[in-house]
Amino acid sequence: MSVELILPRQQSPDVAAARAKARLIRDRQRVLAIRRRKRLETALPWLIIIAFVALWELFVRALGIAEFVLPAPSTVVRSMIRWYEPLLLNAGVTLLTTSIGFAAAIVVGLVMGVALGSSTLIYRGVYPLLIAFNSVPKVAVVPVLVLWFGVNSIPAIITAFVISVFPIVVNVATGIATIEPEQRDVLRALGARTTDIVMKVGLPRAMPYFFASLKIAITVAFVGSITAETVASESGIGHLMIVASSRFDVPLVFAGLIVTGIMGVAMYAVAAVIENHTTKWATRGQDNF
Amino acid sequence: MTLPSPSRPFAEVSEVSMYYGGAHGTLALEDVTMNIGHGEIVAVVGPSGCGKSTLMRLMSGLWLPTEGGVIIDGREVDRPLSVVGMAFQNPTLLPWRTILQNVMLPLEVADEHRGRLRKHRAEYTAKAHELLKLVGLASFEDRLPHQLSGGMQQRASLCRALIHDPKLLMLDEPFAALDIFTREDLWAVLENVCLVYKPTVVLVTHDLREAVYLADRVLVMSARPGRIIAERTVPFERPRRREDTLSPAFSAMVQELRDLIDLARHSVAGVPEHVS
Ligand SMILES: Nc1ncnc2c1ncn2[C@@H]1O[C@H](COP(=O)(O)OP(=O)(O)O)[C@@H](O)[C@H]1O
Ligand SMILES: [Mg+2]
Repeated sequence: MSVELILPRQQSPDVAAARAKARLIRDRQRVLAIRRRKRLETALPWLIIIAFVALWELFVRALGIAEFVLPAPSTVVRSMIRWYEPLLLNAGVTLLTTSIGFAAAIVVGLVMGVALGSSTLIYRGVYPLLIAFNSVPKVAVVPVLVLWFGVNSIPAIITAFVISVFPIVVNVATGIATIEPEQRDVLRALGARTTDIVMKVGLPRAMPYFFASLKIAITVAFVGSITAETVASESGIGHLMIVASSRFDVPLVFAGLIVTGIMGVAMYAVAAVIENHTTKWATRGQDNF
Repeated sequence: MTLPSPSRPFAEVSEVSMYYGGAHGTLALEDVTMNIGHGEIVAVVGPSGCGKSTLMRLMSGLWLPTEGGVIIDGREVDRPLSVVGMAFQNPTLLPWRTILQNVMLPLEVADEHRGRLRKHRAEYTAKAHELLKLVGLASFEDRLPHQLSGGMQQRASLCRALIHDPKLLMLDEPFAALDIFTREDLWAVLENVCLVYKPTVVLVTHDLREAVYLADRVLVMSARPGRIIAERTVPFERPRRREDTLSPAFSAMVQELRDLIDLARHSVAGVPEHVS
């Protein structure tokens, strides 16, 4: 049997040089295109927010909507400037209560998630109760919390905790429970204990799930604490909005809403940054162009 | 407890039956008996769903048989053995660990090594380097698994199965997901590694050429419930060479095994192909 190899064609030096040059230009263009795209990606959210605010302003002015129905953004900003001190103060209180509740949710959520994820028995036993808890509307619970703890920050902290712990538990448990059976077998055949498997495989692979859940949990934590503040509290952004609306100061209510939104986005961004720095391996393939 | 003795086979599987889901569930294995000598490479072939993987799990103590018993190295298997190296069709590398860290994982887990790892890390790392070099991954130690091709990941998975000097190496269709060129390369790699470290090997496969190329002995299983219906000793010299696969004797052996499997697949009347 004879085998013939097809050899590469010989190129004349100037053809080769021309090709190399063309390749260089193409590469350069690709780099520029990618850069343009990146710039657009960072700018786009801001552009959309600006467009949204501009449309809102136009809409209110064009239809001549009354201030106590829907204030224009410019009115809201004026109100923000005027009331910046109580706004900042109460936002600070809300941020603190939410963070305390959220921090507790992270700790408890991780522990419960690991327990649920590594034992089918615990999972089967606890999950129904967890679902039941999660289905209870939290507003309905706040009055009970007030009865127990009084009108202060504690009901807001507990509400933030209760509402944000659920997504964390479920995600961590899922991450741990979905270890591939073969992966488990490899380790068990080495005499690994359950704790080894959870520490070496379960927890690391649950991390992307965990951080994804943090992004959800932090935003719902705000919903929880502010809901509680609107029902019963002497401070916090929710309390401020209730007071403002009882005085028909609708621009201030909107100012409170916007401050809340900003806090939510900021905390989300923090969670996202932490996620990017800790679980790079899970977003593979997005970085190699 | 029975004691190890050089005259005993390394692994003894005696009259093992396995039901899934209790005594009225699926009968996966029926009355399987076999012996494997020290350092022997045994291939188990059989139609899909016949219980090959089940047999492997029973031998490594991951599951316990419904009936019968397994003795490995003179000891009755009643819990997961802690000396087995395993590799599967799916390389199951941890995506957040580098190749080197993946290969070293068993040392962090196996009882006889975890205590020594911190003090003797250099020695263990040297062992990992040596293994990775042997399978041709020396320059990829610090890469993450997703930066490697499937064949390279499977090489790393083999290294991980061997890092703790296992007496028993269990390979469940390790090359089934690879293309034929990569697969045949890895046959040579695997044989080479086995000749260096001399573990006892159970290789589950449905590639008959693979079985004949790699094994000292081939066991043929029937369709579910799996029984061992034939056994062939492979006469070719080691190390085996690619040219061997073209020899008439090699082809004849593969053909004979194929006929046996066909027989096995049609031996259970009225039962269509099983899906595992
Ligand atoms: N965990 C399990 N539970 C119930 N049935 C199983 C389980 N694992 C395997 N089986 C059944 O046992 C039989 C043998 O499976 P397996 O050992 O995986 O076969 P093979 O590896 O030869 O393809 C199959 O019919 C399969 O459906
Ligand atoms: Mg199988």
